[in-house]
Amino acid sequence: MPLIAVLALAAGTYAVRLAGPALRHRIRLPGRLRHLLSVAATVLLIALVAASALTEGHGFAGWARPAGVLVAGILTLRKAPFPLIVVLAAATTAVLRLLGVP
Amino acid sequence: MHSLWRTLDRGTLRDIALVCLADAMVGAAFGAIAVSGGLPAWVPVVMSLLVFAGGAQFAAVGVVLSGGAPIAAVAAGLVLNARLLPFGFAIGDALGGRWWTRLTGAHLMTDEAVAFVLRDGDPRRRHAAFWACGLGLYVSWNVAVVLGALAGRGIGDTGALGLDAAFPAVLLALVLPSLTERNARTATLRRACLLGAVVAVAATPFLPAGLPVLLALTGLVLAIRAPADAEVSCP
Repeated sequence: MPLIAVLALAAGTYAVRLAGPALRHRIRLPGRLRHLLSVAATVLLIALVAASALTEGHGFAGWARPAGVLVAGILTLRKAPFPLIVVLAAATTAVLRLLGVP
Repeated sequence: MHSLWRTLDRGTLRDIALVCLADAMVGAAFGAIAVSGGLPAWVPVVMSLLVFAGGAQFAAVGVVLSGGAPIAAVAAGLVLNARLLPFGFAIGDALGGRWWTRLTGAHLMTDEAVAFVLRDGDPRRRHAAFWACGLGLYVSWNVAVVLGALAGRGIGDTGALGLDAAFPAVLLALVLPSLTERNARTATLRRACLLGAVVAVAATPFLPAGLPVLLALTGLVLAIRAPADAEVSCP
């Protein structure tokens, strides 16, 4: 991978990251739009959770990973401590794979 | 910077440290995969320092290692990172008001940092959480990538450890509590998230990586038509 490709990806990513923090003070966003943007951030994060839990490439990720994420969801609703949630999610997936679940 | 640590409670700092640890293991895997696939060690290291976006880095290296053109690798990475644009508008206030905090903070913006910021409504704690998570992840991710690149094939299989479940689990644990309140506003947010998630997963077989998650923004149609209480409790 040539250095120029790495630099192009870095520059593009930085531009995308900087646009919001740099421009949000210059343009006065109405309260309703500001609210919608914070809803958008939550919607994107949940979509990222669903996509990265259920899919790998263009197909199904197998059962072990979504099972681990499901455990994380249940523990979160039960107000379990954060480290326990993350460790048990990974452990569930790891144990299922050890047992031969894809 | 000193006040940053006093603003955050112990629990939040512990949570951030754990996320850093989990991401560090993924970073080590990234360095190892890139090097054992045949790329020179500087590629994963420089890429991590300058791009600093795990998903895009894996995508770009994946394209190159499977014989794709560098331009395709750049495109794949940029599409994946497009979600950072709305993130910047949503949580840009957490970076701080000075121009140099915005310039440096922008580079530290990740899914995890955004999720930690969204968890809190208080401006000072949002600011502290962003910088603690941003700096912590930047250091741990890059150190881990260097170690992974040095170790090469020696790194174990992160799939066997269930680490691929840790990333969605971390985000879910951070975001889900904000979706459980019983009021009309949160009910609307829940429906928007549900629709967005269904659209993203359904589109995954047909679209290039990254686009399905962006399509989740169609879930916002449910929020646009929501009752006009948007002005009331905006932080």
